[in-house]
Amino acid sequence: MATIKIPPVLRPSVGGEKEVSASGENVGAVLRELAKAHPATEAQLFSSDGELNRYVNVYLNDEDVRVLEGLGTAVSEGDTLVILPAMAGGGEGPPASTG
Amino acid sequence: MGAPYLENKPCGGRYGDLVAAIGNTPLVELKRLSPKPGVRIWAKLESHNPTGSVKDRVARAMIEDAEARGAISPGQTILEPTSGNTGISLGMICSRKGYPLKVVMPDNVTRERTQLLEMYGAQIVYSEGAKGSNGAVELALEMAGADATYYMPYQYGNEANPRAHYEGTAVEILEELDEVAAFVAGLGTGGTLMGNGRRLKEVLGDAVKVVAAEPMQGEPVQGLRSLDDGFIPPIIDLSLLDRKIFVTNRDAILWTRKLLDDEGLFAGVSSGAIARVAVRIAGELDEGNVVFMVCDDGWRYLSSGIYTRPVDEIENLDSTVWW
Repeated sequence: MATIKIPPVLRPSVGGEKEVSASGENVGAVLRELAKAHPATEAQLFSSDGELNRYVNVYLNDEDVRVLEGLGTAVSEGDTLVILPAMAGGGEGPPASTG
Repeated sequence: MGAPYLENKPCGGRYGDLVAAIGNTPLVELKRLSPKPGVRIWAKLESHNPTGSVKDRVARAMIEDAEARGAISPGQTILEPTSGNTGISLGMICSRKGYPLKVVMPDNVTRERTQLLEMYGAQIVYSEGAKGSNGAVELALEMAGADATYYMPYQYGNEANPRAHYEGTAVEILEELDEVAAFVAGLGTGGTLMGNGRRLKEVLGDAVKVVAAEPMQGEPVQGLRSLDDGFIPPIIDLSLLDRKIFVTNRDAILWTRKLLDDEGLFAGVSSGAIARVAVRIAGELDEGNVVFMVCDDGWRYLSSGIYTRPVDEIENLDSTVWW
């Protein structure tokens, strides 16, 4: 079983939860189980060809799976998947605060 | 026994003006950070550029590229979405070369940022703070679309951005080191990673791993209405990256402090995050050189208190876009 951290933008699709659990041998299987349990996430996570949506970044623990084996990246018991939207960064240290 | 002799230049060079003095930054070994004797960690001190950040290279490359193409001439207004260092670098360069500058940035940046930009004569146009950098990019594109007299270098999509590193930073690193096992930099526009990564891989092949450190923005700034509002800079080619690792704000600040405490290096927050990833990669190697980028110095973050206060007492830790 892996823990999936849900970004604010996806929470309405999972009943407001910050994290959910799902199982699967790889990232694709875990995310498909998430989509099965919460169908509203499917169109947001996956493109029509079954790949990850362009603006969805998924991290296995803290590494982007696109740079690993993509949806085929193996997931072990106790791993955490973090879903984050792709956002513009300057790589230049603003700091800007919303607080 | 004294430290082994390091062959280096007696000074960074002699230049006719400040813009020409961009680049040729020191590469400094940080011995205390190294997790094992065979692995050496080197910091490329981009904070030594004239305005104190790596963006001097990018800003100069974009302006000089536009000049070379005949796309701009003195007197023309330059417009750029930037919440920080690129604006400051453009400010210095545009004021030297006679281009008025308009910078679009979120309305919640620190006072140091605003002051630095105004100091160099830039005009600031504010975008909605809650939309972060995405909002600044959106507004700048809108403004450029509505007024053809603006010239927008657009660092996110300008090939002169990675080229500044391909023809500059990476060449400087290769002049000093025959072998690089890993190159670690922050992922923002992607320019640093793409330009350095391409050159290093061309010269060293797959022996060099190109590693991205990226900010894990706190939840309050993940303010997208929908995932379709996401943004990926057009110059990024993910296939060039071997690893892409996120760093939380908390870890970025802890490691910024570690750079200061262990090595005496007063760096900005992105450099702390990048150092954290560099040390992790170093720990996975048996031997070799790990080079990481110190993007800017700490002066422009002083008011946030990150160098003096316990991390748990830092205000707006998660709601601040630190890098």
